[in-house]
Amino acid sequence: MRRPPFQPILLRQVLALGAVLLATGPAAASTAWVSNEKDNSLSLIDMQSLEVVETLPVGQRPRGLLLSHDNRLLYICASDSDRVQVMDVATRKIIKELPSGKDPEQFALHPNDRWLYVSNEDDALVTVIDTQTSEVLGQIGVGVEPEGMAVSPDGKWTVNTSETTNMLHWIDTSTQTLADSTLVDQRPRFVEFNRDGTQLWASAEIGGTVTILDVATRKVLKTLNFQIKGVHPDKVQPVGIKLSADGQLAFVALGPANHVAVIDAKTFEILDYLLVGRRVWQLAFTPDQRQLLATNGVSGDVSVIDVQSRKVLKSVKVGRYPWGVVVTP
Amino acid sequence: MRRLVSFTLIALMTAITAQAEDAMPLQVRIGYLGYRPDPGPLLSNVITEPADAGLRGAELAIIDSNSTGRFLKQDYHLESASVDSPEALLQAARAQHEQGLRLFVINAPAASLRQLSAALPDSLLFNAGSPDDNLRTTDCLGNVLHSLPDRAMLADALVQFSVVRKWQKALLIVGRTPEDQAYADALRRAMKRFGMKIVAEKTWQFDNDQRRSAQADMPLFTQTAEYDVVLVADERGDFGEYLPYQTWYPRPVAGTQGLTPTGWHKTVETYGAAQLQKRFEALAGRWMNDRDFAAWIAVRSVASAVSKLRQADPFAIRQLALSDQLPLDGFKGRKLSYRPWNGQLRQPIPLVQPRALVSTSPQDGFLHPSNEMDSLGYDQPEVSCRYP
Repeated sequence: MRRPPFQPILLRQVLALGAVLLATGPAAASTAWVSNEKDNSLSLIDMQSLEVVETLPVGQRPRGLLLSHDNRLLYICASDSDRVQVMDVATRKIIKELPSGKDPEQFALHPNDRWLYVSNEDDALVTVIDTQTSEVLGQIGVGVEPEGMAVSPDGKWTVNTSETTNMLHWIDTSTQTLADSTLVDQRPRFVEFNRDGTQLWASAEIGGTVTILDVATRKVLKTLNFQIKGVHPDKVQPVGIKLSADGQLAFVALGPANHVAVIDAKTFEILDYLLVGRRVWQLAFTPDQRQLLATNGVSGDVSVIDVQSRKVLKSVKVGRYPWGVVVTP
Repeated sequence: MRRLVSFTLIALMTAITAQAEDAMPLQVRIGYLGYRPDPGPLLSNVITEPADAGLRGAELAIIDSNSTGRFLKQDYHLESASVDSPEALLQAARAQHEQGLRLFVINAPAASLRQLSAALPDSLLFNAGSPDDNLRTTDCLGNVLHSLPDRAMLADALVQFSVVRKWQKALLIVGRTPEDQAYADALRRAMKRFGMKIVAEKTWQFDNDQRRSAQADMPLFTQTAEYDVVLVADERGDFGEYLPYQTWYPRPVAGTQGLTPTGWHKTVETYGAAQLQKRFEALAGRWMNDRDFAAWIAVRSVASAVSKLRQADPFAIRQLALSDQLPLDGFKGRKLSYRPWNGQLRQPIPLVQPRALVSTSPQDGFLHPSNEMDSLGYDQPEVSCRYP
């Protein structure tokens, strides 16, 4: 296995030691929240014991999950209930339901912590909700099967992907209207801005690619193709993307290829492929960025990846069709 | 007619909402031509097939494509004609051709498709109605792409699964129509390819009403040397529905009834299929079937090509479709593409029972040097005609 050249060995050892301390020490463990699409529930994984400690019933077909910026509220797309549920992380109770429009799938929260952009998969719309007043601020017509959603770190742009239209739709958040659309490869599923907001990473499930765009010009910087030994190229279907906070690494879930790709986020070089469960879907870092969780839809488990060593530590059995994942401190 | 008007309206609205620029939108007009011959009186006619199968799939694909077209300044428009004779079909095709249409989706038997292919040499036709194997092996029609799977693909999909389940010995029961014979031929070919044995073969000769007498007749009819599975070739749905649970040995029934290989079914839901099913049901008020899917993916193939090419020339579309540069999203878990040696859409084949997906072929372990989906149906060396 190759390692990125920028990590001095000493630092790596220190970090590894830290990981060991974290794993064995009494520090307050973080909790992973996993939505089980076909069980209408959330599985809560204690990140210290790596075991499911609680299963909470939620609305029908829960998919996208996200946390408020203070980690106190968990937003849940209950797709077949046609609403976004808001759970109090401390009490684990649903405290509110937002009028999300039909079939919410993925969503993104504006840096102002109030505006929630929700993709309505069946209606070709993006709905903007004020999470404080539960008011719908606007609905924006986009392509068929809107899916991926991200807000730029400066809050200026919301980008939505439409799976059947094969576009990235750029929504100007100052007017809540569509400003531009960029054609990408087939079935774009997920978008993620880098931390400084200069790049947008977009996965295309059927195209089998990840496109990295320059946000200022909306031009393609690089299109990544993935080749895994022993896996037919058709099975490489990129979905979830996560970029490390230090800007060094990117991880891409490759769907039925059952691998997560590790990419040097600076050179765009693919460094490694990690074998995980079947049909890997979405990814989330732990708050300390030492571990990465991957939901495996078909095998019904969550793979825990050690970021530093790039090793899969464990598979944790959850409910049927785990879809979304977030981690609270 | 009302449907036509509503599509025109959508196209108009699309044009109005498109971002204001001077250029006119690219008009892409597609003809849908439907002709299904009357299958004659059937014994199992309790649940009837929808009369608009195929057409509603094409309609949905037009709506889907206009949503992209809105952003790309492309207007998709469907002209449809559903008729009740081969002559009327040819007439309708000529009329549409005179209006300037050069892209067609055909839901008709093989004979009509051959006729239309010859009558419209400057057009691109999508076969969304005939599973005939000869169209793909001996009489390649250069201006036709096939979006409906052929019988060989269906039979290979089923037999691969049978072999995986270790159902190695089959009783084959065949109806009397030429289509049933062709389906049986495809099953025989598949069994030879993948190592299944036929222990007995019978032709269905009876015309009594099995709704009343299946329990008395079928066990006797299926009393042969022992088999692992009963394979049935009854495309019209005349007697096959009465075989399950009535066989001499308690064995599964598969083929045109029982466990069925098909291009599409209500129970296909993964890989985003649930969204397509929902959109279709909202439009048509019924389940989407294999012909609806074939017509849908045909129009989507056109639209995917046009959004890449930025033009709608039929031969440019065909050329792109036959290259490896047009991955199609068919909600089947793999990118779909057309085989360059006969224009057949390669695709995974669901194996279904009425209320559940049982499996999807190609099965794991059936390998192919370039694409596992090509383990279903006729591969390049087996095709004797020149295409396109």
